Parts: sequence; C-alpha cells; structure tokens
Amino acid sequence: MQTGPGDNEIINRVLRGEQALYAELVKRYQNFVFTIALRYTPNREDAEEIAQDVFVKVYRSLADFRGESKFSTWLYTIVTTTCITFLRRKKLTVHSLDNEHIFEAADNQNSTFKANQVEQKSKVQVINDAIKLLSVDDARIITLFYQAEQSLEEIGRIIGVDPNTAKVKLHRARQRLKEKMEKYFTEELKDLVG
Amino acid sequence: MNRQQNMEERLWEYMDGVCSAEDRLFIEQLIATNQEWKTKYQELLELQDLMAHHLELDEPSMRFTQNVMEAIGKHHIAPAAKSYINKRVVWGIAGFFMISIVCFLIVGITQVNWSGDGTGSSFLNKINFDKIDVSKFFNSTYAGIFMMVNVVLGLMLLDMYLRRPGRRHEVGSKK
Repeated sequence: MQTGPGDNEIINRVLRGEQALYAELVKRYQNFVFTIALRYTPNREDAEEIAQDVFVKVYRSLADFRGESKFSTWLYTIVTTTCITFLRRKKLTVHSLDNEHIFEAADNQNSTFKANQVEQKSKVQVINDAIKLLSVDDARIITLFYQAEQSLEEIGRIIGVDPNTAKVKLHRARQRLKEKMEKYFTEELKDLVG
Repeated sequence: MNRQQNMEERLWEYMDGVCSAEDRLFIEQLIATNQEWKTKYQELLELQDLMAHHLELDEPSMRFTQNVMEAIGKHHIAPAAKSYINKRVVWGIAGFFMISIVCFLIVGITQVNWSGDGTGSSFLNKINFDKIDVSKFFNSTYAGIFMMVNVVLGLMLLDMYLRRPGRRHEVGSKK
C-alpha cells in the first residue's frame, strides 16, 4: 500500500530542514483531506481552500506532532477543526445528526436522482451518490472508517467523543446509508446484485 | 423493529471485529443456523463491500501539491509548544490559586462559631453563617474597585510575561 519512507520518518526529516520532502506527505494524504473537506462543503473550490489551509497549518505545527498517535489521526483532527472554522467563517450551517432538515433536503434531491435513473448506475456511482444524501456527520464518519481506515478509537479522538459513542455514531450512519440506498437506489441494487 | 436493530448492531460489531470472543462464536453459530440472521448478514456484507471498496476519493486540482508547497514557503515551522511554555509559570499560577483557596478556607473556618447552638449534629449546623463577617474584608465599593483594578493589572502582567518567550522564538525562527 504505502511505499517509501514512513510518515514519522518524513516528519523528522522535514523538521531537520528537508522542506521539499513535505510534498510527499501532501501527495499521500491530499485525496483523503480533500474528500473529508468535500463532506462539509459541496463546493470544490472551498474544499480545496480548506485542504490547502490544513496542510499549511500542519506544516507550521509539525514540531507539535509527538508521534503518540498516527500522523493521519492527527491530520484528520486538524481537518475537522479547520472545516468547522471555515464553515463558521462562511456562516454556513453544519447539520447535526438530529437535524431533520438534512433529510428533507435529501428527499428533495430525490427527483434529481429519479430523473437520472434512466441511466444505469454502477456500484461506484450508487454508493457515491448515496453518501451525498447523508448528513455531514454521517458522511464524515463513514469516510473516516472505510476510506481513511481509522479505528473507532482514532475516530473518537478526531471527532472528540469516546470510542463507544463513535461506534454508535458509525452504526447509525451505516443504517441511514442503507435506508437511503433502499429508498432511492432499489432498482439499481437489484440489477447489480442480480 | 427493535429486535431487527439489535440484530444489525450485533452483526456490525461482528463484522467490525469489535465484539468479544464469546459473542463472536455465538453470532457465527446464529449465521450458520438461523436463516433470518444469515440473510441479514449477507445484506450487510454487500453494504460493507460497497463502502469499503467502491467509495471513491475525490481528487483536488493537479496543481494542489505545488500550491501547498508555494504556500508553506512563506511560513516557518513554529517551535513546539512545550519548548516555550514555561512550566514554572504554570506551576506558579496553580500555586497562587491553591494558596488563595487555602487562605479563604482558613479565614472561613476561623470565623465559624464551633459552639453554635444548632440542634442537628451535622457539620453545616455547626457553622453559624451569621457570624461570618465578610464586611470586615470587603467593606466598601472602593475596596471592590481596588481589588478589580489589581486583578486586571495582575492579568496584564501575566499576559506580558507569557507572551515574551513566544515572541523571542518567533523572531529567532524568522532569522
């Protein structure tokens, strides 16, 4: 999976003055950081601005990384706080788990998805469309667990809850994703499975 | 409905590998023998496969890495927080508060009338709150203002002291 020097080795070398090596860390994690940022804002330009801001912040505070956790866990914690700060600055609302409006918004998107049903969707399209219907919290926790490969303890650290709460949140997010898929992509799933 | 949710929750725990060894064996048995559990397990496995293997990562623009490297060129790595946070200052502040609390307790306890004629035997009943003369210490508005000004001055002084080493490091790293 990961080739070349490990994250901690790169960090130590950057701290010793090999600034150019930081590009390796950026390349390694830019897609993850950008994807998480996109869970917070649908605007790609905003997500890219957030991602860039995150990497600058990480660089500036690299000396504070003590290696007690994985570098990725530390990085995603910074992504989360940066996204929240960015949205506050932009005065956008971050939908909470219990926010019913997000589901209303998702239901409104139903018509768009129905219209697109003429086209056959691949598994990749189905799951990626379905995750866009989830709230920020749900989409983020699924991204962290399945894409960023963070454990429940690490997710807990990133979002500031204990591992048990992270487990419950993940369970609920998966449940809601399943509901969305059953509601909007039943036909596609039948075709894909059959 | 509740049973269904419970079944899903236990199956997810099993699939995530976070359940106990006993639970694991029990769930494996249920999947092997119970059709309902088997069907649900297959259903969740498909969903897990979708999330684990078919969720795509979005990619930023081609110039992203270059943009980041250009942006960090204007910055310096800040010194680790532990290098400029003076532990003696932290302990000093903690000591100040501890001494203040102890002093207040001593003053409070010496004001208590231990031979008070409270009928109960509890500690609170022994304290005669009427005899605690706070006005001895804070007897006028001027005293309050005086203390407030002192607190503000003290905080300003502390702020100046705490900022000083940080500035020195910042200047040092820019050079």
